[in-house]
Amino acid sequence: MPEQAATLTSQQKTTSRRPAGTLYRGREGMWSWVLHRITGVAIFFFLLVHILDTALVRVSPEAYNAVISSYQTPIMGLGETALVAAIVFHAFNGLRIILIDFWNAKYQKAMFYVVIALWVVTMLAFVPRHLINVFSH
Amino acid sequence: MTSTIEAPRSPYSRAPRSRGVNWEKWGWIYMRVSGVVLVVLIFGHLFVNLMVGEGVSALNFAFVAGKLTTPFWMVWDVLMLWLALIHGGNGMRTLVNDYATQRLTRGILKSAILAAVVILIVLGTLVVFTFDPCPAGSPADLLPSFCSAS
Repeated sequence: MPEQAATLTSQQKTTSRRPAGTLYRGREGMWSWVLHRITGVAIFFFLLVHILDTALVRVSPEAYNAVISSYQTPIMGLGETALVAAIVFHAFNGLRIILIDFWNAKYQKAMFYVVIALWVVTMLAFVPRHLINVFSH
Repeated sequence: MTSTIEAPRSPYSRAPRSRGVNWEKWGWIYMRVSGVVLVVLIFGHLFVNLMVGEGVSALNFAFVAGKLTTPFWMVWDVLMLWLALIHGGNGMRTLVNDYATQRLTRGILKSAILAAVVILIVLGTLVVFTFDPCPAGSPADLLPSFCSAS
């Protein structure tokens, strides 16, 4: 089959050199993509639960207060910290993806480290305050 | 063992549809447009609910009732509900397309995602627009302070 042979040759061309044609294979480009998927799935399942628990405001004040008090326990407080960590990464990396698509893919590695830096700064602002709110009550 | 990874940007084996709406393209655009809006909406939501005052410890029915009787927060929450569920549902659809190899499995999983998204959008929208901040017969100390005024 001459067609297949031609495909293989062009494929070998690309694989023999540095991964070209995509930034999603290997290193920063790939790991940011992996993290984006994992955090996305985690946030989606929390969102399903969160809409159901908030819907209890339509049932009764007692029902809503009962479920929200389970969010105020130390274990859930740590869970909220992990949730915010996932959301902040997904948000900043999502903006990075938009910049890659509409601005310049050349800076994707640098932008990944900017995402990490912004994530660290945001978490430094959030985590101490949140943990004080959780553990001092 | 060496395996050949197919070039990621090799063209589709079937010809792209030339007629009708390109839904995949609009889905791709939706993820980016809704993503930018959601960054603002969710960061604002997290800041007001977890950072201001005593954060998560201060959340209760009276707090939510105060927000859901303010048109600003009603619009904020409903926008967040619709944009986030469709964004998340479309993201999950992408994962199912990538990882579920059986046609039947893909169909079941995508139907489940669609059902969850539709049911929760309807439920959440109804909750916001039919909300009663002062339900009759509830103890006054659980209700927002404006219920006992007048």
